[in-house]
Amino acid sequence: MDDVNPDTAAPSDRTPDPPRDPMVVIDGVNKHFGDLHVLRDINLTVGKGEVVVVLGPSGSGKSTLCRAINRLETIESGTISIDGTALPEEGKPLAQLRADVGMVFQSFNLFAHKTIRDNVTLGPMKVRKKSKSDADQQATDLLKRVGVEAQADKYPAQLSGGQQQRVAIARSLAMGPKVMLFDEPTSALDPEMVNEVLDVMVGLAKEGMTMIVVTHEMGFARKAADRVVFMADGQIVEVGTPQEFFTHPKSERAKDFLGKILTH
Amino acid sequence: MLDILEKYNILEAFWMTIRLTFFSAIGALVIGTVLAIMRVSPVAVLRRLGAFYVNIVRNTPLTLIMFFSLAGVGIVLEVSLVDPSSPTSLRDNAIRWAIVALAVYHAAFVCEAIRSGFNTVPLGQAEAARSIGLTFGQSLREVILPQAFRGAIAPLGSVLIALTKNTTVASVIGVAEASALMKVIIENETASVAVFLVFALGFVILTLPVGVFFTSLSRRLAVKR
Repeated sequence: MDDVNPDTAAPSDRTPDPPRDPMVVIDGVNKHFGDLHVLRDINLTVGKGEVVVVLGPSGSGKSTLCRAINRLETIESGTISIDGTALPEEGKPLAQLRADVGMVFQSFNLFAHKTIRDNVTLGPMKVRKKSKSDADQQATDLLKRVGVEAQADKYPAQLSGGQQQRVAIARSLAMGPKVMLFDEPTSALDPEMVNEVLDVMVGLAKEGMTMIVVTHEMGFARKAADRVVFMADGQIVEVGTPQEFFTHPKSERAKDFLGKILTH
Repeated sequence: MLDILEKYNILEAFWMTIRLTFFSAIGALVIGTVLAIMRVSPVAVLRRLGAFYVNIVRNTPLTLIMFFSLAGVGIVLEVSLVDPSSPTSLRDNAIRWAIVALAVYHAAFVCEAIRSGFNTVPLGQAEAARSIGLTFGQSLREVILPQAFRGAIAPLGSVLIALTKNTTVASVIGVAEASALMKVIIENETASVAVFLVFALGFVILTLPVGVFFTSLSRRLAVKR
C-alpha cells in the first residue's frame, strides 16, 4: 500500500487510506441491538469523490453502518462527521445535514401519495426553498438523466421496481448531496432490473460523486469502487482495492465469504 | 300524525342536530389530530399526555361529560361561551357547551382512528422524508399525515356517524335537537311508533350518505403501495 505512487496509480488500484480530503469520518463507533453488538469500534474515512463499497454477509452490520451515517440509526459511542461537521442531535441542524446526505433505500421508499415529479420536487421546495418552476425544471432534468421522464405524472406504485429506484436516486440528487448512501439499492429488484439501476450508479461514480454503497453486487464493486470494505460480525475485517480484495483477500473470513458467492 | 308534523318543527330540530354535528366534528378532528400527533411524537411526555387524555375521555360516558361541561364548567365555574347580556344567552351557552363536550369526547376516537392510519404508513416513508432533510414537522405535514388520513378515512367515517347520533345526548343539557323534540312530542301528543319511526328515519337519512360517502372516499383516496 505504501509503495503506490498516487500520481501514477490507475483508479482501480488507488488506495486513498486515509484519504487526504475526508468527506465522511467514522471514528470509534459502537452500537448494540439488545445483546447484539452490531457495530464494533468502526473506524472508516471516506474521501471526497471516493466510492466505497461495503460488502459482507447478512447481519454483519453493514446496513446499520450505512444508516448511522445520516443518523437513521443512533450510535452509542464514537463520532461520525460529514464534511467536517459532526452529526448533531435530532433537530433542525440534523435535518440540514441530512439534506446534504443522499440516501437510497433497499425498498425505494418513494412517497406513495405523491407523483414521481412531486417526489423529486418536495425536498428542493421545502428544504432548499426553491420556487416551484425551478424545482420542476430540475426534476425534469434529473428524471431524464435517470431515464424515467415519461413517468413523471404517475404514482410510485405504477412503476416497476427499477424505475422506482431510479426515481429515488433522482430524488436524492435533487438535494445536491455531498455524499450518497446506498443501502442495498438492488436487493429488492427483479434480476432484469438490477442493471438499469447500477448503470445510473456507475454514471454517478464516474462524475465524482462521493458514494458509500452497501451491496451484494460484486460486479458493481469491481467496476466502480475505489475501495472495498469487508464487514463481518459488526467489525471491519478488511479494506482494500477491489483488485486486491477479489483476487487476494487477506482474511479467512473474506476468503470464506468470496468462496461462497463467487462459485456460482 | 300529519297534524303533529305540522304542529312541531321537526326540520328545525334536525337542523340543530346537523349544526351540532358539523361544529363538533370540526372540533373533534382538530383536537383528535393534535392528540394523534402527540401519541406518535418522539417526546415521551406528550405521548403519555395523549394516551392519558384518550383513556380518560374515551372511558367516560358522554352524558357525564355533557353535564360536566355545562353544569360543572359553564355554571359552577362560570365559564360562559356567550355574551351573557344577549337575549338568547342561556340557549346559546348550552348549544356551545354541547359542541365542546361532543368535540372533546369524539376527539379521543378521532385520535385512535388517525393513529391506526399512522400504522398504515410504512416506517420507510418517514425515513425517506427525514433523509431528504425535512424536519419532524415537515415530514408529518408533507408525508406522514396525508397518508395517515387516507388510511384513517373509513374509521373516521364511523366516528362521524357515531357523533351524529351522539348529538342526541345534548338534550340532557336542554339543547333542542331532534331527540329532544321527539321527547316533547311523545310527552305532549302520543307515544306512537310512528313518531319514533319519523325520527329514526331522520337519523338514517343523515348518517347513511355519510357512510356511503366515506366508503367511496376511502376507496378513491387509498394510497397504492
